[in-house]
Amino acid sequence: MLPFLLEIGTEEIPDSMIPAALEYLRSKFPGENVRVDATARRLVVRADLPARSADREEVVTGPPAAVTGKALDGFCAKQGVTPAELSVVETAKGKYWSFTRKIAGRAAMETLPEELPALIMSIPWPKTMYWPSLGGPKFIRPIRWIVALLDADVVPFECAGIKSSNATFGHRRLGARGPLPVTVSDYEQVLEENFVIVSAAKRRAKIEAEVAAVAAARGLQAKTDAKLLEVLTYITEYPTAIMGSFDASYLTLPSEVLVTVMRHHQKYFSVEDAEGVLAPHFIAIMNIPADPEGHVVNGNERVLRARFNDARFFYDVDQKKPLAERVADLSHVTFQAKVGNYLEKTARVAALAGEIGGPDAAAAGHLCKADLTTEMVKEFTDLQGLVGGLYAHAQGARRPVAQAIYEHYKPLSMEDSIPSTVAGQALSIADKVDTLRTCFAVGMIPSGSKDPFALRRAAQGVVKILADGALTVTLDELCAGDEKLTAFFRERVDYYFREVRGFAYDEVNAVLAAGYGNLPDALARLEAVQAVRPTADFEPLAAAFKRIKNILKQAGEIPAGAPDQALFTEPEAALAAATDATDVATGTYPERLARVASLRPAVDAFFDKVLVNDPDPQVRVNRLRLLTNLINKFSSIADFSEIVTN
Amino acid sequence: MDTFQETVFKLKKYWADRGCIIQEPYDTEVGAGTMAPETFLRVLGKKKYSVAYVQPSRRPADGRYGDNPNRLYKHMQLQVILKPTPADVIDQYLGSLEAIGIDLSKHDLKLEEDNWESPTLGAWGIGWQVMLDGMEITQFTYFQQCGGLDLDHVPAEITYGLERIVSFLQGKESVYDIEWAPGFTYRDVRYFDELQQSVYNFEVADVPRLWRLLDEYEAEAQRLVDAYRVPEMADADKRRFPLLSAYDNVLKCSNLFNLLDARGAISVTERVGVIARVRKLAVGVAQSFLDQEQYREVA
Repeated sequence: MLPFLLEIGTEEIPDSMIPAALEYLRSKFPGENVRVDATARRLVVRADLPARSADREEVVTGPPAAVTGKALDGFCAKQGVTPAELSVVETAKGKYWSFTRKIAGRAAMETLPEELPALIMSIPWPKTMYWPSLGGPKFIRPIRWIVALLDADVVPFECAGIKSSNATFGHRRLGARGPLPVTVSDYEQVLEENFVIVSAAKRRAKIEAEVAAVAAARGLQAKTDAKLLEVLTYITEYPTAIMGSFDASYLTLPSEVLVTVMRHHQKYFSVEDAEGVLAPHFIAIMNIPADPEGHVVNGNERVLRARFNDARFFYDVDQKKPLAERVADLSHVTFQAKVGNYLEKTARVAALAGEIGGPDAAAAGHLCKADLTTEMVKEFTDLQGLVGGLYAHAQGARRPVAQAIYEHYKPLSMEDSIPSTVAGQALSIADKVDTLRTCFAVGMIPSGSKDPFALRRAAQGVVKILADGALTVTLDELCAGDEKLTAFFRERVDYYFREVRGFAYDEVNAVLAAGYGNLPDALARLEAVQAVRPTADFEPLAAAFKRIKNILKQAGEIPAGAPDQALFTEPEAALAAATDATDVATGTYPERLARVASLRPAVDAFFDKVLVNDPDPQVRVNRLRLLTNLINKFSSIADFSEIVTN
Repeated sequence: MDTFQETVFKLKKYWADRGCIIQEPYDTEVGAGTMAPETFLRVLGKKKYSVAYVQPSRRPADGRYGDNPNRLYKHMQLQVILKPTPADVIDQYLGSLEAIGIDLSKHDLKLEEDNWESPTLGAWGIGWQVMLDGMEITQFTYFQQCGGLDLDHVPAEITYGLERIVSFLQGKESVYDIEWAPGFTYRDVRYFDELQQSVYNFEVADVPRLWRLLDEYEAEAQRLVDAYRVPEMADADKRRFPLLSAYDNVLKCSNLFNLLDARGAISVTERVGVIARVRKLAVGVAQSFLDQEQYREVA
């Protein structure tokens, strides 16, 4: 094994795209100890690669053993072997001449220069650019240098107009300027001396430790923020945390606004005291090791002050016109070109929210979109809803109404919680279902990867609220007989139970086949199936159900009618009696399923002793009717034939 | 501490020393330095061209009557176009910051993804916003398309926000407190421009007349774009055909659109339609201008 190092030196790569690129690179190096790393300006692969690929042998089969003389000489000449090297092998088709050719492995130093350029250019990026001219290479940003070393030697190749070498570059403005020669073993150290920490894990740990330390120095704690941490890890090469402050008078603004400015606009961690109250400080991550003269702190404080001043201005201007007076202005705000404006949507949402959640939900529905006309939301669009809730509260709305508005975009993802109140849940569902209904009504239905109005996310949110929340309205009622919408929800329900709740796919299939119009009910059935599944009778019974289904499917149309008991043999009569005696309509689902599972001996006995496809058509139809009855009766909780059995 | 004008001199000198032509601002209203023909038209085609100029850029909707310390109706951009882009372009850019007195070993500089797109110009590029101690000071873009056309040479466009950079350098909270020249502040030079233009843009502009003007400039631009496309035109006539004048008319349309927008006279639905009208003209001029390159070469 030889140590290998590849560093693709680029201009700053968008942080969000780096992890996927590294995963791709890792997958392309099957050697040992493959390590991938990156900063904003470099993608790095280190691995132990075999010095050469293994020798292999290839068996070459020639003409049939009966061939001799000139014909055989011809084969030998073509393959470069003597007749003495041939032997006869026995194959399925007869005896043939054959020999084994040895193919020498190739040195990595030979293959890598051939493979690396294409490999580098094959990294998939969400969006690429070309440079320096039309027809030039396409990559996420221009490649400016490439280090490629195998043990002590440079792996020579050219890629995107750049010749590989042993020279890297340090921090843009710290350490030595110009190319820095490195070896496989001193690479990381040379870069660290030149203010580049190659390891993302090290940078992440440095940020985390310093953020905690600068906060603790003031007796405060930073708000943990895994996403922000990841962003900062990949937009820096030498991250260092600093704390800045802002005037405490800004704390009269809603903390949501302050945090959004700090987090989304400035990439700062916000800071809290022991009670979780926002403190007038922030933590910024800079890309240099120290700020001895305070330039960076001062600059960041100045920018934040200007932004907070804007926010205060927006807040004050917005209060001059209460939300209630803004509702009429929603007629000028387009919801979707084909569907109409937000005033119309507001009326529909308020009506539906009231219907499923009561008067508070209706009142919240009337106001919930009015914040779209505020300066605050125009500036900070991701605060929509929150701003409405805060303003409603400040303007004297009842608390449940303000709370419902505040939370009505929840859940924003499957990790996010649902609205905390019934009114909020009703409003969130009304808003999302209205969007779905109106879009479906004009044919704007997501297909493939195209979902410009995020309808899948809306539907997913509805599913989560219905399954986890406290509303009595059912999915069936919300879909109101729209078949396309109902079918669209099936995928979302399936996703929710499998990916979010972790149920096995076949259990989900089985339960959904028995209906998903009422999600809390479907969830209860699913939990019961999951609980009963490990019991001894369940899977064999499921296998039997599958067999019955197949039999019925092959039988095709079965004349309607009840089975005639007079035609029953004993095992049939026993099965019919057991079917009739088993109660699947009362009790909890686990109890009902346990009763179904107890059918197994009767089912087994039936299949042991009875041939369904009896030569007498009358008997055959009678038996098919018996099985149809059984399937119909026991498929109301789940379609057991969907359960995968061994 | 350098004055506003001194900083501008230094930046111009810096880029002149690196082979840029120093142009003067374009004399028709533009919303951004990118729209000046020195960028929009010069980036097309195979001819190499590097240029720097200050472009006063008008954004009527951003006007605040001279009251807001950071928002301006008209702000000054220093626009640098490097075509083709030198491989050390970012180093050159960082050198320009050092040339105006920013010690980058003591400041936090980050390049954060920010791709640029102008639907009205049929133009887009890949790039960054350059953040200095948490403030955006420059937009850096590698152009990929202009007027809907793939570019032969990918230019780097470096757009400095001069007010931001100088208020940073001078440590001012408000752009109006920037010292423009010795003894004169930004307020002295520009306040009434901001105040009166805001009054016009938000209160006084005659909306029906602006719509008529938009129609007129559009018709004139379209007439010229159509005339260039007449197949039987002689080469000599193509060479002298006034596509640059056609483009001026497009710029007028764009400014009128911005004025109407600031007046709140354009609904969301109309907005899309007007952008499409301007885009059609801009793309038409760009395509013809690229075609004309072969005739301009002829002596």
